Amino acid sequence: MGAGGERTEAIMREIASLRAKRDELDSRIRFFEAQLRVGGASPPSTLPPSLSTKLDAMGVHAAAASGGLSPDMVRRYSRQLLLPEFGVQGQRRLSRSSVLVVGAGGLGSAVALYLAACGVGSLGIADGENIMHVEAYVGQPKVKSASAACRAINSSIKVFDHHLKLKSKNAVSIVRQYDIVVDATNSIASRYMLSDCCALLHKPLISGSTIGLKGQLTVYNHNGGPCYRCLFPNPAACQSSSDNGILGVVPGVIGCLQALEVIKVATRVGEPLSGRMLHFDALSSRFKTANKIHQKSSTCTVCGSNPNFTQDDFMMFDYDSFAQSTKSSNKPTPSLNPLPKNARVTCREYKRLLDSGRAHLLLDVRPVHHFQIASIANSVNIPLHELKEKLTRLRDALSEVADVSHGKHRPLYFISQRGDDSQVAVHILRENGFPYASDIVGGLESWAQEADPGFPVYW
Amino acid sequence: MHLTLEFGGGLELLLENSTKVHKVEVPPQDGENMVTMKGLLSWVKANLIKERPEMFVKGDSVRPGVLALINDCDWELCGGLDAELEEKDVVVFISTLHGG
Repeated sequence: MGAGGERTEAIMREIASLRAKRDELDSRIRFFEAQLRVGGASPPSTLPPSLSTKLDAMGVHAAAASGGLSPDMVRRYSRQLLLPEFGVQGQRRLSRSSVLVVGAGGLGSAVALYLAACGVGSLGIADGENIMHVEAYVGQPKVKSASAACRAINSSIKVFDHHLKLKSKNAVSIVRQYDIVVDATNSIASRYMLSDCCALLHKPLISGSTIGLKGQLTVYNHNGGPCYRCLFPNPAACQSSSDNGILGVVPGVIGCLQALEVIKVATRVGEPLSGRMLHFDALSSRFKTANKIHQKSSTCTVCGSNPNFTQDDFMMFDYDSFAQSTKSSNKPTPSLNPLPKNARVTCREYKRLLDSGRAHLLLDVRPVHHFQIASIANSVNIPLHELKEKLTRLRDALSEVADVSHGKHRPLYFISQRGDDSQVAVHILRENGFPYASDIVGGLESWAQEADPGFPVYW
Repeated sequence: MHLTLEFGGGLELLLENSTKVHKVEVPPQDGENMVTMKGLLSWVKANLIKERPEMFVKGDSVRPGVLALINDCDWELCGGLDAELEEKDVVVFISTLHGG
């Protein structure tokens, strides 16, 4: 493509960016126009004052123009206005509320979309990552794609992007601007951080979480209910979601339920899930609600009766270290117990061996379902946890290979996803009389980068 | 004592065949005539947990991040480790999730 093509592209980008700005301005103008109509001047009254007083005494009231919604709003929200529990008052409260959704992944994008559609007044979305939501936005910040989807579904609300990772240093000034906060984050550290921040600023926190095919939902800091720390004073040692996988529908389900809790808290309709916790098991299609979870704890360091946690403490608190503090260390960590250099090969070295066609065995210690996604040709899968029980048979099989290729080259290699489990495997083999086993440094993640760019990357 | 035990949020992975619901007969602890949560925890650790017991218990109690519910009520509201169980109680152990 020549210089002319590049120039056309640049102009197209500029047009797209200007259009986005115009849409944003239009939506803000519409929002303020709607506010004017909601609280606008009343038309002259045709009802005689004496009659009006008598009717008031009967509990019968004339229509108040200031209580009405704009024709646009009535048309847009008619289905929910028709709900007697919700009605005009519910819609007015909703359109005056402001909600911050923290995290724009599976949970956050579902929450934000439904909140936009039902007409919250202003919606903030905070996320620091750049990952794809829709193909047209590949490489752009998640918040941009999420907020564009929200504006597309409802241009009459205010949508604000906060393209940053919310941390204790920057959280107070952002969270303060909103009435209700949604926790759609994906780490223990961010969950404690957000809960502490909301407890300090007295903001209700609608907390959803998912892993694999399970989800949980509860409301913290609301109506005297507990905060996250009341329930979990100490961080848990648990698995990360990127290792466990997730089916997009599951955060979709929990995200929709979070949006529902936001609506209930904002409109004061119904009974929010405060002091209770809902558990969803997608595999067996079961919802279970724990009806009485731990109440607000008087000894809670953040929201208890003698809290000794100030905003300054909050801003200085190292949430990452705190969340790491109780990480379980039952697995032998390779860094503590390094393998000798001659028991390690790089991906490039292994590639040369592979290309040379020398006989050897490559054992892949990932779980079966990982191996089935993608693997190196001719590699054999023995998941790490099955390695010990298969050692004897492995020894028999290997003795034949060893006889054929005695000499300098080690016939046995181990590979894992990141090169951690493969080191554990080599340790196990060395302890059991296989001194010649080697691990491939950096695992398949390095393999895909250094040796085979065509390797399907699934992590 | 007949109890129904349920494990969720990933704790079921510590049990044989990852079975979530267990209908069990739990004997009273030595020298006592009732089953307490403390007794139940050590019984579960000895009889049901097949791997990584540290993901379930820590000391006498459940590890941080595990909610225990007796008949859908937080066990800490029922007396914690000293809570006395009754025939046909349903005890649920759920690990907290944090993914999003």
